[in-house]
Amino acid sequence: MASFKLGRMVMRSLFKKPATLMYPVIQREWQERTRGHIENEIDECIFCGICQKKCPANALTVDKISKSWTIARMQCIQCSCCIEVCPKKCLKNMNIYTSPSTEKVVDRYVGSPQESKPVPKAAPEEENEAVGEKVL
Amino acid sequence: MGKRTIIPFGPQHPVLPEPVHLDLVIEDEKVIEAIPSIGFIHRGLEKLVEKKEYTELVYVIERICGICSFGHGWGYCHAVESLMNIEIPERANYLRTIWHELSRMHSHMLWLGLLADGFGFESLFMHCWRLREKVLDLFEKTTGGRVIFSVCKVGGVRKDIDKADLKEIVNVTRGMEKEFRELADTFMKDYSVKNRLAGIGVLSKEDALELCTVGPMARASGVYLDMRLTGHGVYDKLGFEPCIETAGDCYARCIVRIREIYQSIDLISKAAEMIPDGEIAVPVKGNLPKGEFIARLEQPRGECFYYAKGADSKFLERFRVRTPTNINLPALVKILQGCDLADVPMLILTIDPCISCTER
Repeated sequence: MASFKLGRMVMRSLFKKPATLMYPVIQREWQERTRGHIENEIDECIFCGICQKKCPANALTVDKISKSWTIARMQCIQCSCCIEVCPKKCLKNMNIYTSPSTEKVVDRYVGSPQESKPVPKAAPEEENEAVGEKVL
Repeated sequence: MGKRTIIPFGPQHPVLPEPVHLDLVIEDEKVIEAIPSIGFIHRGLEKLVEKKEYTELVYVIERICGICSFGHGWGYCHAVESLMNIEIPERANYLRTIWHELSRMHSHMLWLGLLADGFGFESLFMHCWRLREKVLDLFEKTTGGRVIFSVCKVGGVRKDIDKADLKEIVNVTRGMEKEFRELADTFMKDYSVKNRLAGIGVLSKEDALELCTVGPMARASGVYLDMRLTGHGVYDKLGFEPCIETAGDCYARCIVRIREIYQSIDLISKAAEMIPDGEIAVPVKGNLPKGEFIARLEQPRGECFYYAKGADSKFLERFRVRTPTNINLPALVKILQGCDLADVPMLILTIDPCISCTER
């Protein structure tokens, strides 16, 4: 039996740097594999909807007609299931978390109209500008 | 004979990380009887088998609990693989064992911290959790998640650990061993800590067997019981032997968990040495889960039981988890009888309650 068994460790830690980081002044180093959030390279997406079907949290909505891919950030559980099933491999796992928010963030990605398809009327220029944009 | 009073303990209480409620019938500071009630965080996860395909269900099952998430994923995958007669590659089995043992380390360190916090040793609690952080960093590096890993899948594992990372895991855990020895010495030899733990909440071997206790709780009472002996993973190749103590009190339960951390470090080193090269997963195509299977796994808290029933479709008919905390609750009620009111938090903590698992 002894007392102050932890004394040495406590004394040592007095002269060490803190074990915690002064966030947000000092940012954390993310690992390569960290599952932070999902991004979509929308121009490569074919809007097949497999990711929507397979998503365990029902966080994805894919609309083939309006060429939009929507992710409910707060619903996504970062399991990377969609990345695995994506046939075009256009979904990417980014190793940084999305910034904290008090509202339910929904990110919408809109794809460009396919060039090979004959378009009955020339698409208005405004729509072309919105290509690949991220609407919050 | 003094006056009998009923003290409600929980569901919100400083020592309880999760909600469980106990009605303590006390008489002159002595607990006569304890009546537990659970059901505060039931989420109905088992019901989701009807809505999620068996390949996606693993993500749901992993989220039953934050601390034993890897074990739940493994148990589910093992059950479904057995239903489908899938033989997983040897390397996947080794990787699962390594991750599972790392989970055990972080679970036991978390528990030691909570115990230290429970008896009011704040700096010991902080140092336990500081060390645990290194294991979480290893998880983040190898799987991408700190708490929920999502690496287990039906047919194997999703991610491989390369040689450099395996070496780092061994180096980090070996480095932790030195520091952990100081912490363990505090738990095992410090006068004030021992006073709070030794001789408190004794559960005899007979009672442990009669009340069907599992995990460190049973092993601390001298019961030779560990699901790792049944041959899941590669434990038989690693020469695994369970840690047994005979005293059956809070101190013995603490010692069992401390010894298991050392044992996990050894098992990880051995597994990292012996791991063969090769595939990490086999493709799952063709047949669908059919029939019934019961998988048993040694979670950090004890034996966990997974029942899966396939319906020859993409959706399982039934999936059920029986968790160690559920089984240890009768033993908790038993050891609470006759204890001091001040020891109640200690006793609740030493069964390592995980209420999220229990209620799912």
